[in-house]
Amino acid sequence: MQHAPPRRGVAVSLAVALTATMGLAACGSDDSAGGGTPTLTWYINPDVGNSDPSAEKGGQAYLAKRCSDASNGKYKINVQLLPNDASAQREQLLRRLAAGDKSMDLMSIDPVFVSEFAQAGYLAPVPKKYEAEFTEDRVKSSVTASTWEGELVAVPFWSNTQLLWYRKSVAKKAGLDMSQPVTWDQLIKAAKSGKTDIGVQAALYEGYTVWINALIAGAGGKILDNPGAKGKDIKLDLDSPEGKKAAQIIGTIARDGLGGPAMGNSTETESLDSFKLKRANYLVNWAYTYGALGDKAKADVAATLYPRTEDGRKSAPPYGGIQLGVGAKSAHTGLAYDAAACVAGKENQAIYMSKAGNPASRKAAYTDPAVLKAFPNGIAKTIRTSLDQAIPRPQSQYYGDISTGIQQRFSPPSSVTTKTPASTQKFILEVLKGEALL
Amino acid sequence: MSTATENAAAAPPKKAVLSDRARGERNLGWKLAGPAFAVMLLVTLYPIVYAVYLSLFNYRLTDPDAREFVFVQNYVTALTDPLFWQAFTTTFIIVVITLIIELVLGMAIAMVMNKIVIPRRTLRTVVLIPYAIVTVVSAFAWLFAAQVDTGFFNHWLHALTFGWFDLEFNWFANQAGSLVIICLSEIWKTTPFMSLLLLAGLAQIDGAMEEAAEVDGATWWQRFYKVVIPNMKAALMVAVLFRCLDAIRIYDNPEVMTGGANNTMSLSMLVATETIDRVEIGMGSALAVILFVIVLIVAAIFVRGFKVDLTGGK
Repeated sequence: MQHAPPRRGVAVSLAVALTATMGLAACGSDDSAGGGTPTLTWYINPDVGNSDPSAEKGGQAYLAKRCSDASNGKYKINVQLLPNDASAQREQLLRRLAAGDKSMDLMSIDPVFVSEFAQAGYLAPVPKKYEAEFTEDRVKSSVTASTWEGELVAVPFWSNTQLLWYRKSVAKKAGLDMSQPVTWDQLIKAAKSGKTDIGVQAALYEGYTVWINALIAGAGGKILDNPGAKGKDIKLDLDSPEGKKAAQIIGTIARDGLGGPAMGNSTETESLDSFKLKRANYLVNWAYTYGALGDKAKADVAATLYPRTEDGRKSAPPYGGIQLGVGAKSAHTGLAYDAAACVAGKENQAIYMSKAGNPASRKAAYTDPAVLKAFPNGIAKTIRTSLDQAIPRPQSQYYGDISTGIQQRFSPPSSVTTKTPASTQKFILEVLKGEALL
Repeated sequence: MSTATENAAAAPPKKAVLSDRARGERNLGWKLAGPAFAVMLLVTLYPIVYAVYLSLFNYRLTDPDAREFVFVQNYVTALTDPLFWQAFTTTFIIVVITLIIELVLGMAIAMVMNKIVIPRRTLRTVVLIPYAIVTVVSAFAWLFAAQVDTGFFNHWLHALTFGWFDLEFNWFANQAGSLVIICLSEIWKTTPFMSLLLLAGLAQIDGAMEEAAEVDGATWWQRFYKVVIPNMKAALMVAVLFRCLDAIRIYDNPEVMTGGANNTMSLSMLVATETIDRVEIGMGSALAVILFVIVLIVAAIFVRGFKVDLTGGK
């Protein structure tokens, strides 16, 4: 019979397939096995020139190069770019971590996802010898955001916060005394009388939760009552006077058209553009705003602390930034923490803040001459004060669900009323109990 | 009992018919196809069974300790949730619209291709171009074409309607507008596939039958309806069934164009959101199983409805 050749064919294709698989497996293996310098992979977020290794940009890729050089051959850091928005970054990190990817040596993690990763056991424990170094001289909010269930689980790298940016001339005309803290109500009144917009972030995305959380925390409330609780036991405090106050502010800004015509689609970029075009003369946005303005525009622009939700109560500015995490499955956890210590070191934080415009978590950086030059007119000091006052978003391994639930129920902003917080709370609790889809 | 004895009684003579050669060939057939069959079972059956198993748990990838057996709770939640029915309705609308238009268009193109003789091969290649484009790429192309700032649709419609059509019309601001663009993109991309399958059916029809009908005085429509359609039923069913199942799984177009905003989330997107974004493996698996059952039901309806036995013949 003529079946012999096909059998040989099967053998040949099997052999080819096997070789190919083995080849692929070899590609995935540790490239330091040869005995050379171990290569650490750092997954970086692509903010403001982070992927550019040049000294002028001073981004994360540059810090990676500096630390590789400083390690004297102990390790080499290779950077990998994460997607643009925070949710997509989480998704990629999460999927790699869940699959046990051994290349997850260093990760730039958005603070809100630290709890989720830590709870799942994806982060390597911080070595005892580094605990003091990673907490001393850091702004409080950055340490809080790196802690989960009383343990330090990540390295505070840079700490972002939102300020109220405004045009001095317009605020003066509206009679706002910016040397004193202002409230949202005052801001709304001033914007109405001056026929100008307030730049806010209210698109259906993470930035909207940032705003809602800051408003609620500013009134003395909180979204999550018992951080760390299991899904079924979670207690929310959205349905509270503080939650209603937050909803009232959002609804008013949206319905009075003070958030601009496309408030429901407005992210950091859109609100900054609106501020640049002078459609909005007030803007709540992260620290990079100042660096993003042209020299001419900067002259009339100043920054002050985040607006208060209630008169007489300190505002609760949003806390952001990036924490460095080390993957539990990484083949070089020790070296990765050495690298993290270098990246988040004092000198590197000052470089990163002055060049890339992202504020340091180390207090000492705020007196660095280069930083003072990059953030003049007291802005550096305002950022530092704001960071001390900043409140992180709820810490929970279910943060993603809580945040998405809030965004969905608070969208579009013009439909937000004082009833919204109660319905949002009910919905999120149902989702967490597995009784509703998200 | 009685049936078993009957079977047993009926079996020996059947076996006796098999010659040594036939048995040898059958054994060889098993040896050759057996490994592939085993691999098939492994790669298709295992994930399905595993998904069914996982769907009985409340299981989140990031909180493995809280994994809990909930039996059919996930199915109950999914089937009573408005979000599921919204995704179901959206998917259903897309399937019906695209299927009808593609069938009509695909048939027309197939008939043209069947008649044309001279640039036949070129024509068939050209027609296939949209189908060769990766769906994500075509989704982006249609997205950019329909957007207010980058698009040209509004300019054309504005010019063709002598200024009646609003130049600033945002197609993606509501469900209807978004679905129009999503469906157009689907139709543009998969009509070629439909027409090629239908062309294969048309090519099988014996020309003499059509001629005979013509001689008997049948009109074009009668010939089409009474001769062409019944004789290409198998091809027609394969085309409609494949395309229908394809449309039920729609993911790329709505994901790229709207991300599910304005009630344009499809069932596949819902599965992806639960499984990948929320890493809620239990609920995601339950939804995937539901989608699988829907596909099975649709396939069964089509196979019965068309009364075609695809395994028949040999």
